[in-house]
Amino acid sequence: MDLEREFDRVVAADHRVEPRDWMPDGYRSTLIRQIAQHAHSEIIGMQPEGNWISRAPSLRRKAILLAKVQDEAGHGLYLYAAAETLGADRAELTEKLISGRQKYSSIFNYPTLTFADVGVIGWLVDGAAICNQVPLCRTSYGPYARAMIRVCKEESFHQRQGYELLMTMMGGTKQQRDLVQDAVNRWWWPSLMMFGPPDAESSNTEQSMHWRIKRHTNDELRQRFVDMSVPQAVKLGVTFPDPKLVWNDERGHYDFGEIDWAEFWRVVKGDGPCNAQRVAHRRQAHEDGAWVREAAAAYAAKKNSEAVA
Amino acid sequence: MSGSWPLYEVFVRGKRGLNHVHVGSLHAPDDEMALRNARDLYTRRNEGVSIWVVRADAITASSPDEKDPFFAPSGDKVYRHPTFYAIPDDVPHL
Repeated sequence: MDLEREFDRVVAADHRVEPRDWMPDGYRSTLIRQIAQHAHSEIIGMQPEGNWISRAPSLRRKAILLAKVQDEAGHGLYLYAAAETLGADRAELTEKLISGRQKYSSIFNYPTLTFADVGVIGWLVDGAAICNQVPLCRTSYGPYARAMIRVCKEESFHQRQGYELLMTMMGGTKQQRDLVQDAVNRWWWPSLMMFGPPDAESSNTEQSMHWRIKRHTNDELRQRFVDMSVPQAVKLGVTFPDPKLVWNDERGHYDFGEIDWAEFWRVVKGDGPCNAQRVAHRRQAHEDGAWVREAAAAYAAKKNSEAVA
Repeated sequence: MSGSWPLYEVFVRGKRGLNHVHVGSLHAPDDEMALRNARDLYTRRNEGVSIWVVRADAITASSPDEKDPFFAPSGDKVYRHPTFYAIPDDVPHL
């Protein structure tokens, strides 16, 4: 059929698919699912770090953290807007998140126990997110690609502030250095899990690569992240909790140990340290904001009726 | 519910001398809130000196399905381009 041929031609030529173009139902639903999950991750991702805004050790760190958490909100909104160009309804997406019917990245189901966690999230969690997101700037769906370009520009500050925070702590007391190492130990493996299941078990990868929604496989991106992170850890003076992490001259990459996929699936399925808390908090914030939304709508309706009269 | 707030498209002028460019969309209860939300969402790092917001349902757009016939009239008018005209290389400043 003509429309499908035209769609295939656009994707194969590395052109962008735009909102009102014809697209296969599967392409549309895959994108809505992926973009919504991505948006939800940004929104839920405000919580682990938001936890430390009131207890940041200086005004400088507090201002930085506020700006970063505000960015996460912005990223969520860019992405919800992209999902809406596919016909998704904003209110419905929020409803699916707070009723647990749509997921977000499992990384945000881990707690932030000390201020060093703020630094490690910036360095490793945002670093892993950047590895995932940079190729998405070339994803085949135009509005998603454009949202990702904005997101990536802003993410780079997130990662740098994290690394700088950790360098500052590493230059401090032994207790501070221990806090950094402890946070690295807790976040390293969950960061590697952010790239998703191994290629052999990733059911959506092949179709998504064919449609050029995804540009690299989970394992490729994970390897890239490991290779980037090791020299950064050396420079920082911390180690990763993996005795099998070693340079492989033949492959030209670092080898690393087996990821605990049982833990990954446990957290995905809802049994992580903070799953219930994260969703409950989001639901509470949504419900507490209801009166603001209603008041604004009532005010707009009143202004409208005055303008008509 | 934000679901009942209309959708606005947002256009930002990056700096003086440039056109406004579409940057994305947002929901807001009215025009004024749309403008304020657009400032908070799309210009957190001095990305703009001017913002337009317009309700998405007020925009009339060409349909992608009729792309070829709609834009066809300009397709065969090669004489509208300077390269259509053969001029000797040694004619100066033309």
